[in-house]
Amino acid sequence: MAIARVAEPSGSLQDVKEWGLDREDLLQIYRNMLITRGVEERGHILYRQGKIPGSFYTGRGNEASAVGVATAMATDDVGTPLHRDMGVHITRGVEPWRIFAQFMGREDGPTHGRDGNMHMADQRLGLIAMVSHLPAMLPVAVGAALAFRIREEKRVAVAWSGEGAMQRGDAHEGMNFAGVRKLPVVFICDNNQWAYSTPTHLEYAVEHLADRAQAYGFDGVVVDGTDVLAVYREAKYAIEKARDGGGPTLIECQTLRMEGHAVHDDAFYVPKELFEKWAEHDPIERYRTWLQQNVDMTDDDENEITVHVKKLLNESLQRAEDSPLPDPSTLLDGVYATPDDLDTPHHK
Amino acid sequence: MAERTYLQAISDGLREEMRRDERVFVMGEDVGVYGGAFKVTLGFQEEFGPWRVLDMPLSETAIMGGATGAAIMGMRPVAEMQFADFVSCAWDHLVTIAAKQRWRVGTPVPIVLRLPSGGGFSGGPFHSQNPESSFAHIPGLKCVCPATPEDAKGLIVAAIEDPNPVLFFEHKHLYRRIKGEVPDERYVTPIGKARIHQEGEEVTVITWGAMVYTAEEAAKQLPDSSIEIIDLRSVMPWDKEAVLASARKTSKVLVLHEDTRTGGFGGEIAATIAEEAFEDLDAPVRRIAAPDTPVPFSPVLEKAFIPQVDDVVRGLKELIAY
Repeated sequence: MAIARVAEPSGSLQDVKEWGLDREDLLQIYRNMLITRGVEERGHILYRQGKIPGSFYTGRGNEASAVGVATAMATDDVGTPLHRDMGVHITRGVEPWRIFAQFMGREDGPTHGRDGNMHMADQRLGLIAMVSHLPAMLPVAVGAALAFRIREEKRVAVAWSGEGAMQRGDAHEGMNFAGVRKLPVVFICDNNQWAYSTPTHLEYAVEHLADRAQAYGFDGVVVDGTDVLAVYREAKYAIEKARDGGGPTLIECQTLRMEGHAVHDDAFYVPKELFEKWAEHDPIERYRTWLQQNVDMTDDDENEITVHVKKLLNESLQRAEDSPLPDPSTLLDGVYATPDDLDTPHHK
Repeated sequence: MAERTYLQAISDGLREEMRRDERVFVMGEDVGVYGGAFKVTLGFQEEFGPWRVLDMPLSETAIMGGATGAAIMGMRPVAEMQFADFVSCAWDHLVTIAAKQRWRVGTPVPIVLRLPSGGGFSGGPFHSQNPESSFAHIPGLKCVCPATPEDAKGLIVAAIEDPNPVLFFEHKHLYRRIKGEVPDERYVTPIGKARIHQEGEEVTVITWGAMVYTAEEAAKQLPDSSIEIIDLRSVMPWDKEAVLASARKTSKVLVLHEDTRTGGFGGEIAATIAEEAFEDLDAPVRRIAAPDTPVPFSPVLEKAFIPQVDDVVRGLKELIAY
């Protein structure tokens, strides 16, 4: 029996205005979704050109979920986005050329070649870099929220996980502690239905993962993760509730992982009909239609956005290709922090 | 100066840092109302309130992960594992995140993780271990193992000041047994500097933690021999220069630790001496450590496990005679 609330789809322009989004905000969301997909599509090309070492991971199908949540965050809020959440980095302002440099292990990637793929973050933009062990970052986001609570700051932490990662013990420990202390944290579960090759019925036995929220003493919400405005609305409500002392919320965003786990995986185990069904709910196409119908996005508007995104990505690729490889003689640097390293925005 | 137990000295240092820096807070199981399983934080919650002395759910992962997130946001968490053995449940957040975040993405993670460790009172396999070598092996972590009340205070202050994750191994068997004069004022004992516990000319014992006193007792039983005891104080970073200087002076070295032998930190010390002071040695470096078994419960078995004074006396005699 379902316990979590199932969120309504996005509404009219009038509804959206009440949530605080104007026309320019709405077009910016579209732009961010296009950049998100564009970065990953160009990543595929770089991979095929042999320019990306290791493997390559994308979040195709998750653009609305990532951009919707990130748009709802305030500047001083922080988050721990994962490898399907490119849209969070883009929305928070990470420049695409630095992401391409990261993919290629270049000096100008956020980790300077020390880590790859989406294992990166710009802490100045309120993001904390993920590790491969999922959802190990979830208790870390809870700890950030604890710091805000101790200092009585009106800031919120957002913790991401997938439906596979939700089965690990640290998800339980982190959410339980956050519930006990009513910490200002919002849990986003990107439920893309496949943990590598493992389907949901082999991962959990509840109807919705958001149903678990009740067991931790807070609200759970299920939302269509291809509906960017519905995701935004639910994230905004949960974030502001947390900011006002109302404690955590668990939001389950339902999507489908539209590609394999990574580029080496052709996802043969996902039924073709499922891909076909979810392709009809492509988050970008869906939002494009909404914009045309609700804010009179014209062909000219759209063309301007598309041209801008294409130019941005082309220039970013070039800039990343010009970035040098890291210098092996720097390998030993920074294993241990020095007191100077504490001179960061968050350590002041 | 006042006479303080090893436990009181840790408590004093921690309390003083919490008074002087409001970013410092304590989190752990039973650390608040109860004052900690060993009473290190007794009275802290009354003084600092429930949000700076956090009674945590039984969730080592949430403690370590939470401390990591709070540290990244500019706090100075002092997290406690009720027993060092339970750090296994917090391994991922300590080793996967906290240890690597500075090197990977430039984010310092200033955490102190207090780890009541060591055996000698029938704690059995899960309340007695000395896991320092496991963490000394992880780039990015520091491992501190004080032996005296004076160092316990100075090193907890240093650990809190340090911008890195610092594991503070406090030996349970020293808590109330060991007393000493401790300066009243604030002071910082640098991490990575060894202490000469006892000067000597004939043979060197390199050790740390509770084994410092085992070495001292053994030396007393050999009054005709001049034995130098080096208290390493921390195994990561460790004071290679002090160890090599003593090895060159005495030419005979015994490395002593309470942790098990294979992969214990003594192996690293012995290898370094062999690499860098081979020409100065008059005997092979000798190791005395616990055997490669879990820590046993029954007193007679535990005595056979933890290196005893007699074992060290025997080892020293063999080295002296070599």
